[in-house]
Amino acid sequence: MKYNWNWGIFWQPAPDGTGVYFWWLISGLGWTLATALLAWAIALACGSIVGTLRTTPVAWAVRLGNAYVEFFRNIPLLVQMFLWYFVLPELLPKALGDWMKQMVPPWASFWPAVLCLGFYTSARVAEQVRAGIQSLPRGQGMAGTALGLKLHQTYRYVLLPQAFRIILPPLTSEFMNIIKTSAVALTIGLVELTARARSMQEFTFQVFEAFTAATIIYILVTLVVVVGMRYVEKRVAVPGLISAGGAPMAGH
Amino acid sequence: MFSGFDFDVIERSLPYLFKEGMTFTLTLTAMAMTGGIVFGTLLAMMRLSSYRILNVPAATYVNLMRSVPLVLVIFWFYFLVPWMGGWIIGANQPIQVGAFWSSVITFTLFEAAYYAEIMRAGIQSVARGQVWAGNALGLNYWQTMGTIVLPQAFRNMLPVLLTQTIILFQDTSLVYVLSITDFLGAAAKIAQRDGRLIEMYLFAAVVYFVISYALSHLVKRLQERIAIIR
Repeated sequence: MKYNWNWGIFWQPAPDGTGVYFWWLISGLGWTLATALLAWAIALACGSIVGTLRTTPVAWAVRLGNAYVEFFRNIPLLVQMFLWYFVLPELLPKALGDWMKQMVPPWASFWPAVLCLGFYTSARVAEQVRAGIQSLPRGQGMAGTALGLKLHQTYRYVLLPQAFRIILPPLTSEFMNIIKTSAVALTIGLVELTARARSMQEFTFQVFEAFTAATIIYILVTLVVVVGMRYVEKRVAVPGLISAGGAPMAGH
Repeated sequence: MFSGFDFDVIERSLPYLFKEGMTFTLTLTAMAMTGGIVFGTLLAMMRLSSYRILNVPAATYVNLMRSVPLVLVIFWFYFLVPWMGGWIIGANQPIQVGAFWSSVITFTLFEAAYYAEIMRAGIQSVARGQVWAGNALGLNYWQTMGTIVLPQAFRNMLPVLLTQTIILFQDTSLVYVLSITDFLGAAAKIAQRDGRLIEMYLFAAVVYFVISYALSHLVKRLQERIAIIR
């Protein structure tokens, strides 16, 4: 039994005439990163708002925030992907739905993928933000009130700056998660890195070369993120404020 | 909005969805959980070992698995397992591995990396004095681990292990990329056959939600009970 290795395959032209297979994979990486970055912007914005709401003394806001998190956490990402891609255009008003369905190919799967990943991850970010705020001593909020700060000022100047510093490490792993989970978007036709490796395998039958290359690229991206975030952590660190090592979280 | 909604298609396909689809999903979840926790615990013990020959491979394995998307891992093993199998039994060509065993192996090996990190934290959560006490009683490594450290580590980490299993349950839906008939696969097949995408995907979402939500509430209650006992 012998597998025919052919590492030169990356420099052979791809069938669609856009260059060699190596650039195929790199363009896949481009889509992976574009999807992940845009989705991360949504996740961070919505997650911070929802996570903060869940720590306020306002009962309905807490309940709303909890419902939001439960909704996005208890449905598999792949099912959510299908809901955004197949189901949402049908449930929207007809004109809007038709407009979504008629988008030009890469965008028709790109935007649903971005929204899906963004909101899915926002629930996980919200959970981290809530945990971060609640890990602060209760006296911090009270001190804010005693100084005459309004509730939003207490959050803006006292609680959130500390909470975000504490949750920086788990947020880093959420960011790496979003890069990895963006591969699920291949099911709705987004040609990102994993999809590129898969179609390279289908065209060339060089299974292991294609997947090895994709794996190495993912590892390199992970390394870049880790190093980058370590730099950010150092930049924003406040001397004396020791970030506690969080409890282990289940997740991917 | 729901005027054209065909509830009948759901009712008609219930036996197929649950008898074939959900059975596959739950079997895969249970097997991958068992295998993943056993292998993950071994990996955690290796990682905490002071022998480099044990902790370096374990750390490499865990970090590798954790930096690659699950979809890519599923593809990897789908093609790799037949070759590895052929290589192990010395066959002349890759052996045939059914979709079921291919996905059991994939999820076991993938989830093991995540369970390993949880168990590592669990083992470290047990006070050092417990190990010393075991040594003082004359127990060897396996006895200390098996009778003193691991039972406490499991107990401390039970909620996180179960939460990870709920995530595993949701993740098994990704076998869709291999066209396997798990619960979502079954729903997707009927959705495409009958042109009833909305009904089937919404129904799948509801079923997954109900199961995951119920389980996560059980975990939460369990966590509270354990917290009181400690």
